[in-house]
Amino acid sequence: MRFALSREQLDFSRSIGALLAEADTPGVIRAWGSGKHETGLTLWQRLAELGVTALAVPERHGGLGADAVDLVVALDALGYHAVPGPVTESVATVPALLGECGEIDQAATWLPALASGTSIATLAAAPDAPYALDADIADIRLCVADGVLYEFDRPADAPLSSVDVSRRLFAVDSPARSEIAAVMLAIHRTLPVAALATAAQLLGAGRRLLEESVDYAKQRFQYGKAIGQYQAIKHMLADVATQLELARPLLFGAAVAIDSASPDASRDVSAARVATADAAYQAARTALQVHGAIGYTAEHDIGLWLTRVRALTSAWGTQATHRSRVLGELASGAGRAS
Amino acid sequence: MDLEFDEATLAFREQVRDWLATNVPERPLESFNTARGFEQHRAWEAKLADAGYAAVAWPAAYGGRDASLLEWLVFEEEYYAAGAPARVNQNGIFMLAPTLFSHGTEEQRARILPEMARSDRVWAQAWSEPDAGSDIAALRSTATRTEGGWLLSGQKTWSSRAAFADSAFGLFRSEPDSERHKGLTYLMFDLDAEGVQVRPIAQLDGEYGFAEIFLDNVFVPDSDVLGEPNDGWRVAMTTANNERGLSLRSPGRFLASAERLVDLWCREGDPTDTALGERVADAWIGARAYQLYTFNTVSRLAEGGELGPESSVNKLYWSHLDVALHETALDLLGPSAELTGESAPDTGRWSSGYLFSLAGPIYGGTDQIQRNIVAERLLGLPRESTASKNRGAT
Repeated sequence: MRFALSREQLDFSRSIGALLAEADTPGVIRAWGSGKHETGLTLWQRLAELGVTALAVPERHGGLGADAVDLVVALDALGYHAVPGPVTESVATVPALLGECGEIDQAATWLPALASGTSIATLAAAPDAPYALDADIADIRLCVADGVLYEFDRPADAPLSSVDVSRRLFAVDSPARSEIAAVMLAIHRTLPVAALATAAQLLGAGRRLLEESVDYAKQRFQYGKAIGQYQAIKHMLADVATQLELARPLLFGAAVAIDSASPDASRDVSAARVATADAAYQAARTALQVHGAIGYTAEHDIGLWLTRVRALTSAWGTQATHRSRVLGELASGAGRAS
Repeated sequence: MDLEFDEATLAFREQVRDWLATNVPERPLESFNTARGFEQHRAWEAKLADAGYAAVAWPAAYGGRDASLLEWLVFEEEYYAAGAPARVNQNGIFMLAPTLFSHGTEEQRARILPEMARSDRVWAQAWSEPDAGSDIAALRSTATRTEGGWLLSGQKTWSSRAAFADSAFGLFRSEPDSERHKGLTYLMFDLDAEGVQVRPIAQLDGEYGFAEIFLDNVFVPDSDVLGEPNDGWRVAMTTANNERGLSLRSPGRFLASAERLVDLWCREGDPTDTALGERVADAWIGARAYQLYTFNTVSRLAEGGELGPESSVNKLYWSHLDVALHETALDLLGPSAELTGESAPDTGRWSSGYLFSLAGPIYGGTDQIQRNIVAERLLGLPRESTASKNRGAT
């Protein structure tokens, strides 16, 4: 057993981080939210050049056929920088779904385009994900209803707004759609990938919220002291660090479970989603409390992460859904931990 | 990155499982915080030692079997899954022994470890004093130089196992007028030595899990100094990191409890009580998280990493997990949750486990102390200053 990232995986994470650190993602997020997608699409293209969009695409379709651990490494970095757009859908879930579907004519065109970053995909699949994120700019617009996969037309309506300004959501019942294939089993197998991708971004966002809060606590002075000297602040941040540290191995354990086709993969993914979302949410609440009023302003960037965490916490399955999956699998005796 | 056990580890797991299946007593032993239960547990430890399972990670020369850390974790998983007895000599095996490996002499290891493995000698810890709890560096018990050794005087308290144990270890102020962490020496002493008085203290459950120790010019030979005289603080930090970190409370213990909780939920839970069901799920998720976190720690240590302030993350996490897990079980049991002993559900496992779990956020450094350590040493937040003159510094 070697349950730790490899040097290559750490390097990959660092190179994504280096690219995104220079990209002014807060500016990109705000522009994206107001419908100005240029800077965001440029950023997506640069991530594609690093191979991020090719990770989940099979090699025979021009992708890297990377394993779930690599995908988690990348999506954690994207979450850390709060990259806007249909990350969960386009980078992870749609490639996984098309891979599970077997023979679909469109796959041969779509998958290479997703890998190279020339196309972006979105996907809605009620009840876990009833709305399609960024359907106005996505080239591949898919939804699953009653076990059938449809492609739907570019929506004419304005997006529904989200607490996360970057998340432009679209209802999928009004645009015209055409049936592609029955995907009852494939979507069942794909939902854990969507939950895993969400969990990875939540962990990254939580880590960022903690780091920003620690930095702020060192710089902000009240009563003549850095507020980070006060135990009231220290103890909140120590609790956040503890929750994030312990959520992380669940996330990578779930990725390993998927890669090894473990019968417990769905349980392990849901466990990871529950823990990462709880930890990230605690990080978000703590970050706001540590920042005080400045954190409550739209000008300050911390709110972009706070609202991202809130939105992702109910995307691709609520916490209640995932807890009930864990308990259901445990109760059915499917899951002994060792 | 993987979670695969190699053939040898899997074979070891099988072997441990088989041995436990044949040897774990069918009826639970009495509590080791009673005179009778203590001797039952001592006998159990001797049996474990004869089979080579008392301290699997130690060198074979001292009664271990040179197991890797991963094998030790596997042993622990099997041990707790089998419902085997609590470890009466845990202060010795999991706290003093690692300190002996780091700082002891060969003579000390050869003399102390084999009889510790068999629990012919059971160890108590003697850290706290009436005025030195979290602030352990405020301790005042003294060690005074005498011919061939030291004379110990003073008072220790909250000494776990001291009511029935044979020996104890702790820190003493060996340089008169020394301040705080300086001038302390790590010493081992016998609890039946002349000048030692032990006053057992009843805990929340009425049993004598800890005791006060009064010392009046108790002679300790030089051979029972651990590390160099006056270097005791540094030596003791080894013990503290073991207590907080990997070895005292391994994940197997919590995983076994979490799986029993899931079984209890399946047997007695109300499926429509989703709020309680979610807490059951959370307890299992927490135990699984700690298991995987520890696999990561072991992987890091295998590649030359060290246990540092992460020990405090660890201790904060499992102590809260243990409380939440037992609270959930009690809430699930409803009106019979308050019962203890033989007539209680699962022969009182949940109520006694609950009371024991409440001590977790206190012993081995309280939650508040652990959070300070995490905040200052892991996150790099500034230490608390009493003056406000360092404005601008970080």
